[in-house]
Amino acid sequence: MTTARLPRPVRIALVVVPVGFLAVFFAYPVLAIVGRGLVPQWSVDLDPLGDVVTDAALRHIAWFTIWQATLSTVLTLAVGLPGAYVLARCDFPGRRVVRALVTVPFVLPTVVVGSAFVALLGDGGPLGWLGLDQTLGAILVAHVFFNYAVVVRTVGSLWSHLDPRPEEAARMLGASRLRTFREVTLPALRPAIAAAGAVVFLFTFTSFGVILILGGPGTATLETEIYRQTAQLLNLPLAAALTVVQLVAIVLLLVLTSWIEGRQRVSLSLRAAGETARQPRTAGARLFVALNLALMALLVGVPLGVLVTRSFDTPSGFGLDFYRALGEVHAGSTLFVEPVHAIANSLEFAAAATLIAVVVGGCAAFTLASAHRRGLDALVSLPLGVSAVTVGFGFLISLDHPPFDLRGSWWLVPIAQALVAVPFVVRVMTPVLRAIDPRLRDAAATLGASPGRVWREVDLPIVARAALVAAGFAFAISLGEFGATVFIVRPDRPTLPVLVFRLLGQPGPSNFGGAMAASVILMAITALAILGIERFRAGTLGTF
Amino acid sequence: MLAVAGLTVTYGGTTAVDGIDLDVGDGEIVCILGPSGSGKSTLLRAVAGLEPDARGGVSWDGDDLARVPPHRRGFGLMFQDHALFPHRDVQGNVAFGLRMQRLPGVEIEARTGDALALVGLAGFERRRISELSGGEQQRVALARALAAAPRLLMLDEPLGALDRALRERLVTELRALFVHLGLTTLFVTHDHDEAFALADRLVVMHDGRIEQVGTPAEVWQRPANAFVARFLGWNVTHAFSGADAAVRPEAVRVVDHSGVSGTVIARTFRRDHFLLAVRLDGDDDDSEVVHAEVSLDADRVPDVGERLALDVRPGDLLHFD
Amino acid sequence: MRRALLMITITITIAISATSGMLVTPSSAASTTTIALVTHDSFAVSKKVLQAFTKETGIVVKLLPSGDAGAALNQVILTKSNPIGDVFFGVDNTFLSRALDADVFAKYAPRALSTVPDEYQLDPSHRLTPIDHGDVCINYDKQWFADKRLAVPTRLGDLTKPAYRGLLVVENPATSSPGLAFQLATIARYGNRGWRDYWTKLRANDVKVDDGWESAYEGDFTQGGNDGEYPLVVSYASSPPAAVYYAKPQPKTSPIGTMLDSCFRQVELAGVIKGTDHPAAARKLVDFMLTERFQADIPLQMFVFPVRDGTPLPAVFTKFAEVPDEPWSLPPARIGARRDAWIEQWTDTVLR
Repeated sequence: MTTARLPRPVRIALVVVPVGFLAVFFAYPVLAIVGRGLVPQWSVDLDPLGDVVTDAALRHIAWFTIWQATLSTVLTLAVGLPGAYVLARCDFPGRRVVRALVTVPFVLPTVVVGSAFVALLGDGGPLGWLGLDQTLGAILVAHVFFNYAVVVRTVGSLWSHLDPRPEEAARMLGASRLRTFREVTLPALRPAIAAAGAVVFLFTFTSFGVILILGGPGTATLETEIYRQTAQLLNLPLAAALTVVQLVAIVLLLVLTSWIEGRQRVSLSLRAAGETARQPRTAGARLFVALNLALMALLVGVPLGVLVTRSFDTPSGFGLDFYRALGEVHAGSTLFVEPVHAIANSLEFAAAATLIAVVVGGCAAFTLASAHRRGLDALVSLPLGVSAVTVGFGFLISLDHPPFDLRGSWWLVPIAQALVAVPFVVRVMTPVLRAIDPRLRDAAATLGASPGRVWREVDLPIVARAALVAAGFAFAISLGEFGATVFIVRPDRPTLPVLVFRLLGQPGPSNFGGAMAASVILMAITALAILGIERFRAGTLGTF
Repeated sequence: MLAVAGLTVTYGGTTAVDGIDLDVGDGEIVCILGPSGSGKSTLLRAVAGLEPDARGGVSWDGDDLARVPPHRRGFGLMFQDHALFPHRDVQGNVAFGLRMQRLPGVEIEARTGDALALVGLAGFERRRISELSGGEQQRVALARALAAAPRLLMLDEPLGALDRALRERLVTELRALFVHLGLTTLFVTHDHDEAFALADRLVVMHDGRIEQVGTPAEVWQRPANAFVARFLGWNVTHAFSGADAAVRPEAVRVVDHSGVSGTVIARTFRRDHFLLAVRLDGDDDDSEVVHAEVSLDADRVPDVGERLALDVRPGDLLHFD
Repeated sequence: MRRALLMITITITIAISATSGMLVTPSSAASTTTIALVTHDSFAVSKKVLQAFTKETGIVVKLLPSGDAGAALNQVILTKSNPIGDVFFGVDNTFLSRALDADVFAKYAPRALSTVPDEYQLDPSHRLTPIDHGDVCINYDKQWFADKRLAVPTRLGDLTKPAYRGLLVVENPATSSPGLAFQLATIARYGNRGWRDYWTKLRANDVKVDDGWESAYEGDFTQGGNDGEYPLVVSYASSPPAAVYYAKPQPKTSPIGTMLDSCFRQVELAGVIKGTDHPAAARKLVDFMLTERFQADIPLQMFVFPVRDGTPLPAVFTKFAEVPDEPWSLPPARIGARRDAWIEQWTDTVLR
């Protein structure tokens, strides 16, 4: 698709809008952070950064961040690979439904996941006796819950396309099933496994909401420490230094993953998916499938089920008390503003953020679809890799004085949320725009359609559809956004995720019940947004 | 020796292989010949143990293999599109089966070298699969199957992916190789030139069933039924004798005097003769097309659209029982 | 296709109407001003008392609880250029120097300051006004110790003895105000060099650390009402009266005792936030906080003591509160200078 036919001012706007937005709301805050971390008070002071390297406690935090991300990745891969096999290579009734259900956890807001696991593993929860609350164990389980879908769909997608013949050849040559898997299948799957592992590592490395809610004093990561230093200890230079370390780590990670992906260039013969799926034959195979399906059901269903159940489990029996309480102010609660306002706030913020994200992301997508500009592509994707905490913290310290004094503005939160959503919007829209066959336009033109008419008849329907899907994504992301929002939200305008977090931080059954109810509401609204997306999606969009 | 008894493979509602009985003696080269969809590949895979839906008896030297998984049958299988391991080099591919047998490294190296030499690829050990031509890849696939010294070697359309010249050359080499090694071989193809050149015994398959078994000469000279005849390129028609009979195109002559009349609808040049397709006179919905050969030396070669008369000698007609 | 366009239009309309609603700040009606009181989550005041204030002055008070004392103060500091509220309540002596250094409060000395004893007047610059005081002390469960025939610990040093292993729950000074107060008590007691040893011994004696007072007291204290297992908790001198107050029927003696040697004095202050849109109204609220009406309401709402001389205390307080004559204390300036380092050292010693 080319924008060459559009008038010049439009073409310029299509580039300026996203670049300008990212420059002001991403590059500038990040530079402010780096400045604050390395040059506080106008003189280069590497002490905070030095502290990070020399202080044993901070080193431990950095190491723990890597450690928990590594464990999470290994665990998710171990649990997810069999699941990928079952969904890719086994044919059973309800396969498509299962595949869709498995993706649900991934799109949930982090506070909902945190709440669900607190409900499950915390005091009073069905698995509370395990004593996992506030430990690494809880975090790992939640991470597996979150990222299972990444492994299953990324690896499963390649697996279902793999030619089964080399595997059969290996079997003919005397390799048992296990041997065949190790010697033939696994090497062929390596690119997908590496990609999935890299994504899971990145997500768990920058995991914030989950660790904040589920973790304890001993499970501090870079992200949670940045938050703690900012919100509790007011040590902004150290927080900035930590953010710089975080940024460097992520950039290195991204470089490493793209290098790894570049090396795996073995051409495989691929088959159409579905061709390779077989019904499980032997009792052993059936058991394997059944076990994995049970695992999926447990993994996805139990935490969410417990969350919903406990939201109705009031001291006076099952009922809507907690939900009703959200709409009231009652004595004994420390919240004197009705929590239901948080729902309205969230919806308004998300709507505004969606608008911004679709406009900015749409412009970027148009530009990227017409000419492959590596720079813009990387720039647009950076907020995705850089954590939301960095965005929130950057806003906090940079946008509170001229030339961009936005601290009091209502628009601050939507802009931050839009920033987090823009990369997704671009990812969704660009391939669709790229795929518009220019010959369709030529055909329309030769059949007598004017350029404007061509755009209306050929481009607009496709663009509109893609924009709607992107809008749905942006809305769901903004709704659940926590990491950035928690830094910049003002106490009189909380969002739902922030509300859930606050309620979870206060003990007492009514606060806990309120947190459950609010989480369920947040989950329901997110689900609606996602369902809206699915209705408009044309075919599969491949992997993420 | 391989004994197949009542082998049936059904999936969905279709029966791909319908109650096949088949024997392959030690050192014999048997070919299963048939058009696509005849079930021949499925039959091969069922013998290999790769078809979980197969029912019926497959046994080797009297031992029933029903419960034996593919990797313990000791059969070699060379796939139609070679199915080499893309992430290993030639050596890694060819040595695979030997590694599964846990042979010592020295022996593995030696036998790999031997196998590659057998297929004419000595010295190719370190090459990457992606660097090889189609013919070379096919030979590596063959070397891989041979190196493991299987007691039965199976090949699925072994030369299908190659061009004609290469195919003709390889066919001779392969036969010489198999005979030299004394391998019990079972292979599958739709190309009867390949089948005749390679096989000791032919099994013609159609719709999951065996139509005829015999040596290539037997099958060629006396097709057992209309299907086999047509498959081998014979005419099957009742025009010349009142009852269905098969006659080879080269035995159908264009004559001046009375015979079976018809119109030429196509004419194809076949290097040393022309092949005419003649639509015989008759009811429109029942008109047959008969192929006749006309030598290049003939006085004149009929054109498309011309009417002519065809005749055969009674001795060239083959009636089916 | 048309449906898609319709949905886009609807979304945009909603967004615009929503945002325009937000951009217009609600204008105050002619007769009522609304001001926001930013506090920590433990703030409590009777509705009647607040309503009386509104009736008297025509000012409506909106409460903005914003986390614990430290987090709430940080919020005020971080939003300095665009204040989130008009009055802040909840600066205590441990955060005093941070609040003053950040210069987020406007100078105002209410006339009623003259009724407040000198020992509570911690801010000579009059940007913050003392409102209440309390002592953070270790409370013990009398019944539990009686049942176990164990002598109640009386001095700080007792807590490191094996007899009291695994019986004490404290709060994390990084996240909890009483937690920090207790740490400061140990620093005041053992000095800069000795307090870490003390905590090392406490750690070896299986002390439990909770994030906040609620989880420690309500969750882990045996008298907290929730199957707690620790009979010793860092809490307040006002906990014994509170226990009686909330018990039904009210017992003759409090089930909870106070370890007087562990007490650290806390004073809570309030102030007018700099840059507020309603300075006059904010000052009126601070004035109100020092009136007898507000001060008398404090004990049973927040379980601390009023600073105003002569304020009548509820009966449970006079009967059951045990207050030391000379609790531990440290100069606020010193706390301000060293608190971060002390907290990091504590975290190192106890948690890592």
